[in-house]
Amino acid sequence: MATKENVIRETALTPTAGTRGSMNRAEDSRNSQSTNVGQTERYISAIGGGALALYGLTRGSLGGVALALIGGSLIYRGTTGHCNVYEAMDVNTARGKSGAASVAGNRGIKVEKSVTVNRPAAELYRYWRNFENLPKFMDHLESVRTTGEKRSHWVAKAPAGTTVEWDAEIINEKENELIAWRSLENADVDNAGSVRFQEAPAGRGTEVRVSLEYDPPGGMVGAAIAKLFGEAPDQQIQEDLRRFKQVMEAGERATTEGQASGRSATSGR
Amino acid sequence: MKALCWQGKNKVSVENVPDPKILNSRDAIIKITTAAICGSDLHLYNGYIPTMEKGDIMGHENMGEVVEVGSDVKNLKVGDRVVVPFTISCGHCFFCKKELWSLCDNSNPNAWMAEKLYGYSPSGLFGFSHMMGGYAGGQAEYLRVPFADVGPVKIPDGIPDEKVLFLSDIFPTGYMAAVNCDIQPGDTVAVWGCGPVGQFAIKSAYMLGAEHVIAIDQVPERLEMATRDGKAETLDFADEYIFDKLKEMTGGRGPDSCIDAVGLEAHGTSPDALLDRVKAAAFLATDRPHALRQAINACRKGGTVSIPGVYGAFLDKFPLGAAFNKGLTLKMGQTHMHKFMRPLLARIQNGDIDPSFVITHRMKLDDAPKGYETFKHKEDDCIKIVLKP
Ligand SMILES: NC(=O)c1ccc[n+]([C@@H]2O[C@H](COP(=O)([O-])OP(=O)(O)OC[C@H]3O[C@@H](n4cnc5c(N)ncnc54)[C@H](O)[C@@H]3O)[C@@H](O)[C@H]2O)c1
Ligand SMILES: [Zn+2]
Ligand SMILES: [Zn+2]
Repeated sequence: MATKENVIRETALTPTAGTRGSMNRAEDSRNSQSTNVGQTERYISAIGGGALALYGLTRGSLGGVALALIGGSLIYRGTTGHCNVYEAMDVNTARGKSGAASVAGNRGIKVEKSVTVNRPAAELYRYWRNFENLPKFMDHLESVRTTGEKRSHWVAKAPAGTTVEWDAEIINEKENELIAWRSLENADVDNAGSVRFQEAPAGRGTEVRVSLEYDPPGGMVGAAIAKLFGEAPDQQIQEDLRRFKQVMEAGERATTEGQASGRSATSGR
Repeated sequence: MKALCWQGKNKVSVENVPDPKILNSRDAIIKITTAAICGSDLHLYNGYIPTMEKGDIMGHENMGEVVEVGSDVKNLKVGDRVVVPFTISCGHCFFCKKELWSLCDNSNPNAWMAEKLYGYSPSGLFGFSHMMGGYAGGQAEYLRVPFADVGPVKIPDGIPDEKVLFLSDIFPTGYMAAVNCDIQPGDTVAVWGCGPVGQFAIKSAYMLGAEHVIAIDQVPERLEMATRDGKAETLDFADEYIFDKLKEMTGGRGPDSCIDAVGLEAHGTSPDALLDRVKAAAFLATDRPHALRQAINACRKGGTVSIPGVYGAFLDKFPLGAAFNKGLTLKMGQTHMHKFMRPLLARIQNGDIDPSFVITHRMKLDDAPKGYETFKHKEDDCIKIVLKP
């Protein structure tokens, strides 16, 4: 017991941890015989972490440790060249890309995403069922116009100010639960989508699951569609859903677009 | 208008920038009457918080007069005096409804950035990096306030700015730190850091029934304030035997709860603190959690460590083993401002507390760059600076 306590105190990372504490000197001398460096070292090694070991062993000769570390870390910085934070961000980005989205042969795009919205399913269903609302949160869409009970005309933004268009038809719907649609013949790009609304338990809002599939033809238009969603289509759809949630819950999209900053003398960013 | 802009590590300047405008129907614009510089601003100034950009307008402790409201803001009118919480919250999401206001789902336009680092994004904050929304702050003449129908708290005439300004952050922050300790009769609370947040944590701990508060810092005038205004006993963190002293002062049991009001830039001269500095300088770790380690180690078994001090990313040598084996409760996070502002305004009106006791410096906005230096280096006995545009 006494030994273990002492070892832990020895390895603890506070300046109070030392055996030289005036207030516990008596206790220390009681325990000092049962503690030896060997045990301490082994305990530290078991915990792992070179720096911890260095700390435990070098109370008193700190300069050397600091120098050794500076040496080592300079090498580290030299080889990595950036900060842990951004590294983590990149790592996660990479993982995100290989996640839900599958981009077949750099053309087809299929994405499934979900979000929980703190509103009743019926309200979300009604809003979505009016496809003319979609461009309010799906930023790749320019407009959707209702042309019949189940039909609509969609215009999506494409690079360099161009657009791609198609007619779509609702192929399946269940009030307050499901809407599924797909493009009709002669579409610039074949596509289909569905959205499901499911009440979460105990009044926790509604889980909204979206599945979108774009299957562009080859050639110019295909390339344009691929570009439309950039390198991370799942991220873009995720942002669309986030905006849907913002619009439904908060009534507006959070933004700083157009705010002032010290970067611009006229209109901000 | 004039605004204080971040220009890079250790560099801020007052620039002429365009006036803010209403961007959404729930926005309001306020004319700043008083703003403050916070310890959190120092983390930005010192370059510890990622995703700042040159030109970003700083400042999150703000109050002023409403000069314009969006079409959906019905509770405020032009001319109202308001204090603005530093967290931005929509008022309708799962988290806002649970009063976890600083975790609002809908107020961070750059949520994806925070998600990369944290898995999920906290709320947007004024003047606190792009990862936290990139919102312009209020160390300026005017401020755009999103979700102005739920955030700003109206201040009745007759109460001076300086008495209520700190409802914008540090008073609720110190108070929530104490609430998180779940203080029971007879409790001893130890508070690391006697900056403004620590000072309010000390006062709040007593307000919530603590028997005894022990405050830890090194800066003489801050320790003096903790004794004089806070009625705390004090310890110097350079003292090598903090653990032993805390143990002694609590009859061998340890403080019932420990508050880390220092955050990621803890100073220290012990080996672990020096290693932190080296590692942070070399990007091997981002934060320097020396005070937090000490708090976890010193806390009694089954106690609570409450962390209002800000942490950004990665900690090295975090003593989770001590926390686990002592069965500690850890509570932390940006303050759920909206929950505390009105009750604490009532406390100010009752005369329970006059938060202006922390103010040591009053400056013009033009002098804010000098203010940052003075505050950072604790020159001229500086504890809290308020700015007048
Ligand atoms: N959670 C929130 O919502 C919230 C809000 C505001 C501020 N904060 C954070 O609270 C912290 C304190 O803010 P502040 O305005 O009081 O800052 P401050 O910089 O004025 O105060 C920090 C104090 O800690 C002391 N200190 C440094 N190392 C120490 C150590 N090892 N042991 C004990 N004391 C030590 C310093 O001497 C200083 O007095 C910061 O991290 C700030 O970002 C958090
Ligand atoms: Zn603050
Ligand atoms: Zn919210």
